[in-house]
Amino acid sequence: MTTPHTQARPVSVASPAPRQGPRPWRPGRRQPVQGVRRRPSAGQVMVFLGLLVLAFCWVYPFIWLLSASLKSTSEIFGSGLSLLPESPLWENYARAWTEVGFATYFMNTVLITAGTVLLIVIRSSLAGYVLGRYSFAGKKLLIGIFLVTFFLPEGYTIIPVTQLTDQLGLLNTHLGVILGLGAGGQIASTLLYAGYFRGLPKELEECARLDGAGPIRTFGQVMFPLAWPITATVVILTFLFAWNAFLLPLVFTLSEPSLRTLAVGMTVFVGEYGTDWAGMTAAAVISLVPVIAVFVVLQRKFVDSIAGAVKQ
Amino acid sequence: MTTTDELRTAAAQDSRVRPQGLRHRIRKDWWIYLFLLPTLLGYGAYTVYPLLASWWFALLDWPGFAAQGTFIGIGNFERLMTDDLFWNAFKNSLVFLVVSVPLRVGLALLLALVLNRKKTPFKGFFRTLFFLPVVTTGAIVGVVFTLLLDASGPVSLALVKAGLLETPANFLADADTSLFAGIAVWVWKWLGITMIYWLAALQTIPQDVHEAAMLDGASGWREFRHITLPLLVPFLVIITLIDTVAALNVFDLMQTMTAGGPSFSSEVIEIFIFRTAFEATVPDLGYASAAAVLFGLLTVVLAVVQALGVRWARREMRTS
Repeated sequence: MTTPHTQARPVSVASPAPRQGPRPWRPGRRQPVQGVRRRPSAGQVMVFLGLLVLAFCWVYPFIWLLSASLKSTSEIFGSGLSLLPESPLWENYARAWTEVGFATYFMNTVLITAGTVLLIVIRSSLAGYVLGRYSFAGKKLLIGIFLVTFFLPEGYTIIPVTQLTDQLGLLNTHLGVILGLGAGGQIASTLLYAGYFRGLPKELEECARLDGAGPIRTFGQVMFPLAWPITATVVILTFLFAWNAFLLPLVFTLSEPSLRTLAVGMTVFVGEYGTDWAGMTAAAVISLVPVIAVFVVLQRKFVDSIAGAVKQ
Repeated sequence: MTTTDELRTAAAQDSRVRPQGLRHRIRKDWWIYLFLLPTLLGYGAYTVYPLLASWWFALLDWPGFAAQGTFIGIGNFERLMTDDLFWNAFKNSLVFLVVSVPLRVGLALLLALVLNRKKTPFKGFFRTLFFLPVVTTGAIVGVVFTLLLDASGPVSLALVKAGLLETPANFLADADTSLFAGIAVWVWKWLGITMIYWLAALQTIPQDVHEAAMLDGASGWREFRHITLPLLVPFLVIITLIDTVAALNVFDLMQTMTAGGPSFSSEVIEIFIFRTAFEATVPDLGYASAAAVLFGLLTVVLAVVQALGVRWARREMRTS
C-alpha cells in the first residue's frame, strides 16, 4: 500500500514534527498494538548497537581533541585513555593565539575565505544566469569545456597555476590565493545557478525590460535577489571549500609565513614547534570552532545543499 | 515539384538567416558575453591554461624557479618510466583507490539504509554526527590523527587493553600499516558526505519499496537484493566516480599525517608531485609536470571506465 505522505519527501535531517507521547491515531494507519510494537526484534537491537559503536568512533576524536587542548604535552602522551585533564590549562589557547601567530592565520583565513566566496558568487551567478536562460554562440563549447574539466584533480594544475600567479606578481599575496581558489573550477556552483534560473518564469524579466531596465539592472535588481536560496547554497559550499583549502595556500605561501592560513599554520606548527603538542591541539580547536559552529547552526541547509547538488 | 519548391523556400529562408550569422549574433548578445567575462577570464587562466600548459611544461627541463625551462622533448617521461619512486607513488595511489573507495561507498550505503528507515531512532542526531568530520579541515584532521594513532595514543592503548595488540604500535610510522591507516582516516573523514549522497538516492525510491529491506530476515535481504539494489545501480556508478576523484585528492590528509613516509610507503601521486615541484632542494618543475600529466591521464581513464559503467548499468536496467 502506498501512503502518499511517504513519497518524494525531501531529504531532511529531523523528522517533520516533534512527536511527544503516544502518536494520535489517524485513519489509514493501523493502530499500534500495545506491547507487540514496542518490543524491537533482536536484529533491530543489533543494528542500533552497531550504530552506537560507530557513532562513538566518529565523535571520539573531537572529544579527545578538546580534552588534549587543556592538557600539558606530557599529560597528552602520559595520561592513557583518561579524557579529563588534571587541571585545565587554558594558557594553551593563549599561547597558540598570540605567540605562534594563530591570530594572524585566523585573519588570513577569514579574508581569503570571504574573498573566494564573493568571487565565486559573482562569477557563477552571472555565468549561470546567461547559461540557464539564453542561447548564444559558443554556449555548447563552454559547456563542453566545463564537462571535460569537471573532475580535474588539484594536483594536476598546481604547477601552472603557481607559475601564472608568480608571473602576475601575486605570489605571496592574499589576492593571489583568492584568485587561485576562486577563479577557475567551481563548475558545480555555476550549474546550480543555471538550473535555478532556468526554472524561473520568463515574465519576471520581461516586466523589468518593459520598465526600461537593461540586462545588468534586470539581473542585479530582479533576478539575482530571486536566486537567494541558491546563493545561500553556494556560499555554504564555497565557505567550506575555501576555509579548508590546503594545497594551494600551502604552495602560495611557502616563502611568506605571515600569509599562512589556519590549515597551513597547523602543519608548520608541528614542524617548527614539534614539542608543543598542547599548543597545537588548542590551535586545532581554534581553527575548527568557526566551521563547526557554522555547520551546527546551518546543518539542515548544509545537508540539503549537498543532497540537492547530487540530485542535479 | 513540391519538394524542389520546398527546398527553394527553405534555401531562401536559410539565406535570409545566414547574413545575420555569427558576427551579428555576437554583436546583438554583447551583454551575454559581458556576463560571461569573469568566468571566461578566470576559467581560461586558472583551468584551461594549466590543463594545456602542463603538457608543455612536461617537455621542459626546468629546475627550481628559473624563469624558463629548456625543451628536452620526452626526456622527463623516459625518466619517469624508470623511476621506482614514481611507480611506487602510482601503485600507492591505486591501492588507495581500490581499498578506500569500495569501503567508503559500501559503508556509507549501509549507514544510509539504516538511517533511512523510519524505525531507526535519533536519525537526525546520527546523520549530524557522521557528517561532522566532513566540514572539518583535512589538514587539521591529519595532524590530530597523528596523535590519536601514536604508540601512546588512545587507539593503540585501547587495542592493547582489548587484547588485540600485544605491544603499542604507531600505525602511521610503520611502513606496513601507514597507507592503510591513511585510508582508514580518509574513510572516517568523508563517509558522512557519501552517506548524504546515498540518502538523496534512496529518496528517489518510493519509501515502501525498501521499507523492510535491511536485516529483516531473508525476505528483507531478498527484497533489497532484487528491488532496491537494481534501482540504486546508476547512483552507485555516479557516487563511485565522485569518490574516486575525491580519493585522488588526498593530499591534505596524507601530507599532514605521514608526508608520504615512512620511506615512501604512503607516498601517493599528489605528494610525489608536491615534493618534486616545491619541496625538493632543487625543485624540478618539468619532471613534476610530467608526473602530473600521467596522473591526469589516470583520471581520464578512470572517468571513461566509469562512463562506460553508467551506460552498461542503464542497458542492464532496461533489459531486466
